[in-house]
Amino acid sequence: MRPLGRLDTVAGALAALRQGEVGASALAERALARAAEHAALNALVTSSPERAFAAASAAAGSTGALAGIPFVHKDLFCTAGLRTTCASKILDGFVPPYDATVAERLDRAGAVLVGKANMDEFAMGSSNENSAFGPARNPWDVARVPGGSSGGSAALVAAGVVPFATGSDTGGSVRQPAALCGITGLKPTYGRVSRHGMIAYASSLDQAGVLAHTAEDCAHVLAAIAGADPRDATCSARPVDDYVGALGAGVAGLRIGVVAQFFGDGIDPAVAASAREALAALEAAGAVLVDVSLPTLPLSIPAYYVLAPAEASSNLARYDGVRYGHRAEPVADLAELYARSRAEGFGTEVKRRILAGTYVLSAGYYDAYYRRAQRVRRLIADDFARAFESVDLLAGPTTPGTAFRLGEKTDDPLAMYAADVNTVAVNLAGLPAVSLPAPHVGGLPTGLQLIGPAFGEARLLATGHALQQRTDWHAVLPGGGA
Amino acid sequence: MSLDPAAIDHLARLARLALDPADRARLGADLGRTVAMMDALQQIDVDGVEPLAQPHPLPAGLRPDAVTETDASEALLALSGASHGGYYLVPRVIE
Repeated sequence: MRPLGRLDTVAGALAALRQGEVGASALAERALARAAEHAALNALVTSSPERAFAAASAAAGSTGALAGIPFVHKDLFCTAGLRTTCASKILDGFVPPYDATVAERLDRAGAVLVGKANMDEFAMGSSNENSAFGPARNPWDVARVPGGSSGGSAALVAAGVVPFATGSDTGGSVRQPAALCGITGLKPTYGRVSRHGMIAYASSLDQAGVLAHTAEDCAHVLAAIAGADPRDATCSARPVDDYVGALGAGVAGLRIGVVAQFFGDGIDPAVAASAREALAALEAAGAVLVDVSLPTLPLSIPAYYVLAPAEASSNLARYDGVRYGHRAEPVADLAELYARSRAEGFGTEVKRRILAGTYVLSAGYYDAYYRRAQRVRRLIADDFARAFESVDLLAGPTTPGTAFRLGEKTDDPLAMYAADVNTVAVNLAGLPAVSLPAPHVGGLPTGLQLIGPAFGEARLLATGHALQQRTDWHAVLPGGGA
Repeated sequence: MSLDPAAIDHLARLARLALDPADRARLGADLGRTVAMMDALQQIDVDGVEPLAQPHPLPAGLRPDAVTETDASEALLALSGASHGGYYLVPRVIE
């Protein structure tokens, strides 16, 4: 292990740049060199050095809030002129003609894109093993998964390659890899960040997020990307809070509901103990811990695995071999062009979810599965709303265990789905949540998840900041050297 | 429980997915188990509960009816594996 250095964080690097201790080009060079050192993580699928150095030069004169800070995008944010694959063969050769709003805003803020990160294909997975580029690896133990689907993003931040990365979170895809890699991962409220140009998986659940070492760094990045976007009708027009300014709010008197179901069956007792230790640190800082029950939480896995595949089967209908991406040749007719292009382009998990989604939406099953899951979704959202009548935040371990070994769950999709038990309900209810590093178990990171009411990001980040001012679970990186 | 081959073939046809025999057997078995997991939802009393399709109400109002995008047809067609004269090319549809 090595301590978190000043240039490993957004806030530290911004200060160093401002004081002239380092230049943006040197930071870009450092990130690219580290990416090369950590090539075995298989976390970066596209490196963009020319673009990075051009952006770094431009950053020298920029007043942007993130001017000169290197970062990577999860490879589902469209980047004009830079290939965007979603880790799928079906987007082989796809170079978007436009930028995602998140990409545009980070460019405008002066952040320096050094490449695109590995992920589970179309963000479907919890281990980054469902990637056409092969699995990304966990920098704490390369025999283990980094989590998913934003696994490459998490691995690159955790290894100290870049201070922050973008991610997306449909059922835990920012928070779970953040927890398994020992970093901070923020999933904003549904609608807080534009999804224009963020390749769709399940549109009523998807939200762009941030992976970084600290809550403070997440605040800096969220401030740059949040806010209304006329190109995304689901993006909220609500004014954006001052996330950085609110970081010092403290936790005195803050009521945190400790959710019994998050500590239920299937949660590794050692991981649960880590989450309790982190909560005890918040209590020592003045927060009040309250026992809370969310009785419908166990239904979130079946509800999610009806709704998300249903939406995916519809969203992924656009990959037809005609307009972009992989096209099967030769074919006899149009039906064969569709069926074979899709069969050759999609990986097994994507096919699994397309078929499951098609099943629950097909004649005779729509009411029994899809409509029923939407009703259960309402019950789950109502449970959260009731809980927030008496507490400010909710808490529990982010994941049931530490990072598992590569291949351990690939033959058992249901075991993989079950690992999302503490994260998917947040997406069903559209709430913001953050995963914060908690004490290690057996040399591997764990995460404390805090959940807020809709648009409560400022308080979530301030609470994370308070924890990180008093503890150092976030302040270590894997490996030796500096 | 596994979905029978005819049911999987029907779904694959609806989803426009060509499945080879190995895929069909494996995905059929997986889907059977997934559906069994989803069946937990059948135990819940949801009478009178309104379905929730979106977590928060969508913003009201419409954008001004103004053209904001320029013609990008050339750039978009260039992404296609086969296009000609401003159109996408597909295999023969009508005999």
